[in-house]
This record gives sequence, structure tokens and C-alpha cells, in this order.
Amino acid sequence: MSSSIESLISREYQHGFVTDIESDTMPAGLSEDVVRAISAKKGEPAFMVEWRLKAYRRWLSMKEPHWPNVHYGPIDYQATSYYSAPKTKKPLGSIDEVDPELLKTYAKLGIPLYEQKMLAGVAVDAIFDSVSVGTTMRSELAKHGIIFCSFGEALREHPDIVEKYLGSVVPYSDNFFAALNSAVFSDGSFVYVPKGVRCPIELSTYFRINSADTGQFERTLIVADEGSYVSYLEGCTAPKRSTNQLHAAVVELVALKGATIKYSTVQNWYAGDKEGRGGIYNFVTKRGKAAENAKISWTQVETGSAITWKYPSVILQGDNSVGEFYSVAVVNNKQQADTGTKMIHIGRNTKSTIVSKGISAGEGNNSYRGRVQVLPRATGARNYTQCDSMLVGNRCGAHTFPYIEVGNNSAIVEHEASTSKIGEDQIFYLKARGLSAEQAVSMIVSGFCKEVFKELPMEFALEAQALLGITLEGSVG
Amino acid sequence: MSLIEIKDLHATVGDKEILKGIDLTVNAGEVHAVMGPNGSGKSTLAQVLAGNPAYEVTGGSVTYDGKDLLAMQPEERAQSGIFLAFQYPVEIPGVSNAYFLRAAYNEIRKAHGEEEIDPLEFADFMEEKLALVDMNASMLNRSVNQGFSGGEKKRNEILQMAVLQPRLAILDETDSGLDIDALRIVADGVNKLKRPDNATIVVTHYQRLLNYIVPDFVHVLVNGRIATSGGKALALELEDKGYDWVTHGSSPLPAGAA
Repeated sequence: MSSSIESLISREYQHGFVTDIESDTMPAGLSEDVVRAISAKKGEPAFMVEWRLKAYRRWLSMKEPHWPNVHYGPIDYQATSYYSAPKTKKPLGSIDEVDPELLKTYAKLGIPLYEQKMLAGVAVDAIFDSVSVGTTMRSELAKHGIIFCSFGEALREHPDIVEKYLGSVVPYSDNFFAALNSAVFSDGSFVYVPKGVRCPIELSTYFRINSADTGQFERTLIVADEGSYVSYLEGCTAPKRSTNQLHAAVVELVALKGATIKYSTVQNWYAGDKEGRGGIYNFVTKRGKAAENAKISWTQVETGSAITWKYPSVILQGDNSVGEFYSVAVVNNKQQADTGTKMIHIGRNTKSTIVSKGISAGEGNNSYRGRVQVLPRATGARNYTQCDSMLVGNRCGAHTFPYIEVGNNSAIVEHEASTSKIGEDQIFYLKARGLSAEQAVSMIVSGFCKEVFKELPMEFALEAQALLGITLEGSVG
Repeated sequence: MSLIEIKDLHATVGDKEILKGIDLTVNAGEVHAVMGPNGSGKSTLAQVLAGNPAYEVTGGSVTYDGKDLLAMQPEERAQSGIFLAFQYPVEIPGVSNAYFLRAAYNEIRKAHGEEEIDPLEFADFMEEKLALVDMNASMLNRSVNQGFSGGEKKRNEILQMAVLQPRLAILDETDSGLDIDALRIVADGVNKLKRPDNATIVVTHYQRLLNYIVPDFVHVLVNGRIATSGGKALALELEDKGYDWVTHGSSPLPAGAA
């Protein structure tokens, strides 16, 4: 899959998205007026502005959570501007103006120069017709009745579906950051797959739109109707910079009877410098609800951000529904991650699998936090959790916080955990076979993460593997 | 010119001096056996030549193929043709043997200015190599050394040697933990890889392996120095008389130096 094509499509999309926002940045601060103004600028239907306002009022009564095992200074929510037009970013004149460290990373990921320019925000001339590529893909999807568009577009063209499912999995009152997102979200993705349809391609945010600029408060809603299947890829291995430090996204997945949703993420937001300065705070709420015989599978590779706070979860509501969570979380330098999942077993014979691989290097701090809850009526529920941590060096930290609540005595819940240190003997063994220290670390870590990588689409897996090596660069002498 | 020339080599681990002045020269086409009692420094010598950072070289020199070996990183040594068959091969969970072998082979090809080999070509290439150590192709899909029996691990080392085609192979106690059939397979593999332009240093405690890999020279290491050297008959003599014979008898070293 060529990401230059994808980047071009995104670029094109930005231009066609909303007019009259050329120099439009709202003054800093948050109030009901600001929420109303955001909704008005986007031309949203009435239910949406009401929903945003309810979320905002709820948010006012909530407190920022401090239970995660991460540390950061106070965030001034009134100092942020909650609406900024995508086109205001001034493109750089040439590639020479781009941070050379960033370019080095792009080169190591094997990203062609042209794409490097796109990613780094250098002005580029379009060299081929991106509109036609986008249109071809969309018409292919339309043949199957699949809707894949920006959230804003969905609100304009399919308001009934949005209204029906928005907040049905993550209510606006869910938590502090979800409430904030609900009040001010800028844009995001929307997918609807009709009954019995198997989506023929992997849907990727690459194909979608202005993801570079809607990143701050992104909102994604995926609805898989009865018996349908969709695989969705979010993110990009190339490191992305953002002018906004706080990111609070919400993703809701709705898998109706017998549907399957596979959601894969590679998160590589800017992690800050070696001291952790300037990195993104990534506070994300991701949750899916699985009806009878439905399946939701989350796979994530988290390598970026200064702070990650994220628990992709599944509510196993219907009988025989299945939830899966496969995660690789890497921290290096001063990065902090508190990530894991919740599996809520409500239906009978529900099954969940959790495989979490945490890698800590430098002075990074990595916590797995997971909840497995079996409700009284969930007869025959099964959970298997495997939670492995790997330490690189001796200044990093790995923590595990598993919560298990079982309310039905027919349930079988297994939890396995291990912590290992990357061995000097392993590194020497590989070096003695001609591999560099970096290749050795990358190989050992990839092996450690194998069970998760095999859940990723092939090409994504290879990129993720390369990314892991780069993230850990310099962590072993 | 000799392939490797070791002069007055001293090495320590922690505060303890293990190698106390080793002199050894190996020419292309030769097989040298380094024998000695436990704790004499045999394995240390092997590790130091491969560049294990756990050991510190405190004196002497090693010239390999005209280059200062001690100045080279372990991977550079491997790329220039040094191979250590480990006494305790290390497990790398989740990394398939095939992937590992191909990555190592490609690094060495790159170092020689050759093109990388793709997985399909590599599979063909591996067929004859596997036959050499009587290994089944299914071994390639297993994680490196993970869950391997002692014999399988040692065979896997020789398989790597067959793939990487070193100029100087150092076998560190390759016979330890092998039953007689496995020993024969491993020794056969090593013998088949012998060429006029490469050399082998066989580090072993027992004479037994030398029935199969016949050395041109035998050196007996005692207390960090080579106490005596000779032809293959020396190994038999050691088997017969034990290491005490060297430490007490013909050696200038004080008694009980092991």
C-alpha cells in the first residue's frame, strides 16, 4: 500500500472539507459559547449541539483522573484553543527546514523523499491525480453499501445513524477526557458496514482525510451491522508532530449480532525530546460493544507520545460474543504509558483474550492496567490474560495492575504474567553472528512481541517491527 | 601469513585474571585442539576471541588476517569470518531459526559486498546445510534454541557454522552434553566444513571428541597459560594419564595450579 497516495488523498480532503476557515482559530478558552460556535462552524444538526452542551456541562462537574501511574504538571484547559482551522499551518519552504532527526527516522523507516516532505509538512506539488484514487476507492465501497467518511460528513449525510449510535458505547459522561472530547471534538472517522457485508479492503485512516489536523480531539464511530465484517487500521508508523500537547480521542465500536470488527492501531505521536519535553499527552477512550455472536478485536502498537493513557475495552453484552486485546507498548527515555483493557462479560459463554507486551527502556515507565469482570449472568465466561514485561537497561520501570472480578462461579479466568530483562548474553550471541547491537535488540524485542504482531495486517506488522527497533535505538550500549 | 596470531594474551573477568599470557598461532587449513582442566581458561579464550564484553583484555595482542582483532566489535569479527560455537547456546524466544539464520547470513554477505538473499533462495540454500547436521527442516520454524534438547542446540550451532562459512571456527566444548550419536553427527558436520583456507580451534575437556575431529596440534591450558603443546598423540596421552600429569610432570608450573 503506498502511503504517498494516501497522503495525497488526505491533502486533497483537507481542501474540500469546510470552507471559510482559512484563518480561523478560536480564542483560547472553553465555554458554552465556544461549544456552540464549534458546532455552528461545522454546520451540525441540532441534536449534536445539544449533545455537546450536555457533555460540556457534565465535564464541568468532573475532575481530571489521577489514578493512572503517570506524572505530569497541571493542564490549563482554559489556555487551549478548541477550534483551529486545518489550513492555517504554514508549509515549510523546503526539506532543509525540517528537523534532521525527523528526516533520519523517516529514512530508516524507508519512507520515500516525496512522502517525507508530505509528512513533515513541506509544500509539495501534486504529481498525480489523487482525486481519482480516492473516488475509485469510495465508489468500490459504495457498491457494497459501506459508508466510510469523516465524522463531519457523516453528521451531514447520515445524521440518523450517527444519532442512533453516538455515545451508545462511550457515553459523554463516561470519564473526564471522554466528556471533554464529546463537547469539543473536531472531526474523526465514521464507518458503517451494512448487514451481511464483508468489507473487501482494510479501511485505513490514511485514506481518510485531515487526520494530521483533527488529531487533538478526534472521534471515531464504527458500526458493523448484523453479520458484517470490517478491519480498520488507525495511525501511521511515521512519527507525527502536533502543535497540541493534549490529545483526547474517543473511539466507539458497535458490533451488532454476528458482526466482527478488527481495529488495529499504530500510535507514534511525538514522544518529546530525550528529557520528555514537548511530547504529546495521549488520553484516549476506546471501547466496543459486542452483541450476540459478535467479535471485537483490538490490536495496538503504542510507541509514541510522552504519556499514554488508554484502555481499549470490550463490553461482551451478547451471548457467545468474543473480545480480544493484543497490545505492544514501548516506552523509552522519559515516556510513560498506563495502558491495558477492560473485558466486561455480561452475556453467557462470552470469551475474552488479553495479550499484553510491555517494553521499558531508558527511564521509561510502563504500566499494564486491566480489568476482567464477569457479571452474575455470564455463565460459562472465559478469560485468558497473558501479560509480559521486558526491561531494557536498569533505569526503567514495569508495573502490572490486574483487576479481576468474578460474579459467576462457572467462569474460568486465567492470568499469566512474566517480567524479563533483555539479556546481555542474548545480545552478545546475536552480535557474534554478525548483527549489530541495534539489530540484536530489535530482533529480541520483535520475538517478544510476536504474538501481537501476528494479529496485525502483514504490511503493518513489518512497519511496526521496524518502528520498534527505531524507538529503542540507543537504549543498549 | 598465519590466520590468527595470539601473543601474550591476558584477560580478566571482574577482578580475577583468567588468561595469564596465551601464545598461539593458527594457520589456514589447520585444526588445533585446546584442552585443559576445568577453570584453566579454555572457554575464556574462546569468548575473548569472539569479543564477549564480559571479559576484559588486559594485555597482549591478537592479529587476525593482518588486523587487530581486539579493536573489532563482536559483529565485525563475525563479519570477517570468526565463528564461535557456544558452549551454552542462547534462546531467543519468538524469533524463528530461519529468520535468525537468514539475517545473520545476510549481514555477512553485506560485509563482503554481496547482495542479500531472499527467503526463497535461502530455503534452497538451507536444504544441503540441514542435511549436513542431519536436521529436519521443521527446526527452522522453531524459535532460536527455545525448547531444543542439548544435542539439538549443539547441532544448531554447527548448522549456523555451515551457513556462515567462517574462516576461523572456535568450538567451545561442543561435545559437552552430547551422546555418542549426536557427537558423531556434530563432528561429521565440522569435518565436512573443513577447507584448506579455513581453520578450527576445538576447545574441549575430553579427548573423546578428538577421535572424530582429528587435530593437527594439541595445546594444554593450565592456569591461564599453555603448559604444553604437541601433536594428536598428546591428547591420547592426556586421556591416559590425566591432567595431573601435565600440571605435575612436564609443566614448569607449580603443582595444583588448576
